[in-house]
Amino acid sequence: MSLDRSAEPVAPASAAVVTGRVPLWRRLARDRFALVGAVVVVAYALVALAAPLITRALGVDPYTYDLDALGPTGAPAGPLGGVSAEHWFGVEPLTGRDLFAIVVMGSRTSLLVGIGATVVSMLVGTVLGLVAGYFGGWVDWVVARLIDVLIGLPALVFMIAVGAVAPDWFPRLLLLVLVIGLFGWSSIARVVRGQTMALRASGFVRASRALGASHAHVLFRQVLPNLASTVVVFTTISIPGAIGAEAALSFLGVGVPPPTPSWGRSIGDAVTWFAVDPVYLLFPGLALFGVTLAFNAFGDGLRDALDPRGGSSRRRRRGGAR
Amino acid sequence: MTLVRFLGIRLATLAFVLLTVSFLTYALFVLLPADPAALACGKPCTPERLETARAFMGLDAPVVQQWWDFVRGVFTGRTFGSAGATIDCPRPCLGYSFARNTPVTELVVGRFGVTASLAVGAAVLWLVVGVGAGAVAAVRRGTPLDRGLMVAAITGVSAPSYLVGLLGILLFGFTLDMVPVSGYVPFAQSPVDWAWHLALPWAVLALLSAAVYARLTRSQMLEELGAPYVRTARAKGLREGRVVTRHALRNAAIPVVTLFALDLGALLGGAVITERVFSMPGLGALLMEAVGSTDVPLLVGVTVFTAAIVVVANLAVDVVYGVLDPRVRRGGRTR
Repeated sequence: MSLDRSAEPVAPASAAVVTGRVPLWRRLARDRFALVGAVVVVAYALVALAAPLITRALGVDPYTYDLDALGPTGAPAGPLGGVSAEHWFGVEPLTGRDLFAIVVMGSRTSLLVGIGATVVSMLVGTVLGLVAGYFGGWVDWVVARLIDVLIGLPALVFMIAVGAVAPDWFPRLLLLVLVIGLFGWSSIARVVRGQTMALRASGFVRASRALGASHAHVLFRQVLPNLASTVVVFTTISIPGAIGAEAALSFLGVGVPPPTPSWGRSIGDAVTWFAVDPVYLLFPGLALFGVTLAFNAFGDGLRDALDPRGGSSRRRRRGGAR
Repeated sequence: MTLVRFLGIRLATLAFVLLTVSFLTYALFVLLPADPAALACGKPCTPERLETARAFMGLDAPVVQQWWDFVRGVFTGRTFGSAGATIDCPRPCLGYSFARNTPVTELVVGRFGVTASLAVGAAVLWLVVGVGAGAVAAVRRGTPLDRGLMVAAITGVSAPSYLVGLLGILLFGFTLDMVPVSGYVPFAQSPVDWAWHLALPWAVLALLSAAVYARLTRSQMLEELGAPYVRTARAKGLREGRVVTRHALRNAAIPVVTLFALDLGALLGGAVITERVFSMPGLGALLMEAVGSTDVPLLVGVTVFTAAIVVVANLAVDVVYGVLDPRVRRGGRTR
């Protein structure tokens, strides 16, 4: 056995150490796909932040009807869904609202719900995972059963039902953030729980406890910082999922209500029109696809950069699930 | 832990989860602004008639009682109303849709064939394509083929299913006029038309899920191919093809099977979006119809049925672990 180990080349271990010293951003910069993803994400964020300025500068807005831009059937006049110097992406059928303004303002809806819901998931999942992994016993049991029920609930079905049940006075965007967020915390909770269990047994945690540190101090000052990279990676990977959930619900007509611009709802509206006006589908569709792809590419690269050994975080997740 | 005890605990969890889900569903729908009794009451709806309707539907009882009646009905069947006019709902009774004058079980069973056809066909397709692509990418790690497959996979993961579905309809349905773009033909009526109508939905669903499976299979395969037992297998002179398929792939399959069971379970509960895009009358469409007409008993019944499938799929995963992973199996034998 010892002979076998000495015959083993030491290169892999030392290589891992060397990669570990390269700063995070430089490791990320080496991954061109992730880099492009990061740039695109930043571009989307800038557009979302500056959306009202952009639309005002161009003299368009997503709420004004322009019936002159429509043909006799209600479809946009002119080729390509009414693309013109005035309406860059054409207009919405039946209303003539400017599609460029709808797509630009829609980025706010998408990113707001996507990021908001992810923040909710990460907060709930991290706290529950920390508490379950650290205290164990009945606390762990309760959290485990909560996760069981959450996985058992058909999420989309329940989101639709909650949307149908919620009273009218409740702000729809906040409802979407809460519903999508509260359905999305199980995977981060499981991973945080597993890592916390491992950390609880480690020397520095036992030392702090022996020195008289409170549970809260140990949890949030000692254990939590060690989980930072896990939480960051999960956040990046979760955002496109939450954006997709908002778009799917709006597509089904139970998400963002009109006239608030939403890519998913525009795509849903485009279903009835796309035999005559496929361009109406194209722009909101590309916008949604682009932001999802960018976040996924960036999240992938970030995971690889933070964890040079590749699949080991996934192995931990598998172990926790068993 | 013995296998029997392990299964017992899993079954108890299953019952617990289903009871909780059905109760949550009930509690949720009690808050619904729409009152099924008011919908059925008709015009003119006097308070007495409304009261009668409520009593007939069992809505006059407290929520917990209503929920318990529902749970019992699944096992024993239910009878609505009393003396004179009654409606029978034979077991397994998932409730009675008064708006549609049909037991919910009957509606669910009627639509399940569509959803099952869609789900199983797509699942077979994506498993073969996804695992195949992932395994090839892992074996050819770092080559242009690997990079190409993985870029395609991350693109597939990011594409919303309805967008791909609509583009598929546009391209293959309208422009090339190759396949029908909507509707469903039962298998018993015409197997050829059945498959023909399902071809595009299968392809769309499979394409997107295959991307997830390709990524997962690749990362698992890379992990396994780096493991000492693979080196041992190579060292003792096994052919590379056999090392890859019999050794590495077999171990890499464990998390893939987990994900597969969960995905298939979720899909069997109704592919709401795909059914909407392709106008297929499956469980997802039934659910959307129930939402549209605020048919509360139907909403509850479909939700509980869907949850049951998901939870059973979860259980199946745990059992399959025992077959695929010798460590679990050994744990079962050493009692």
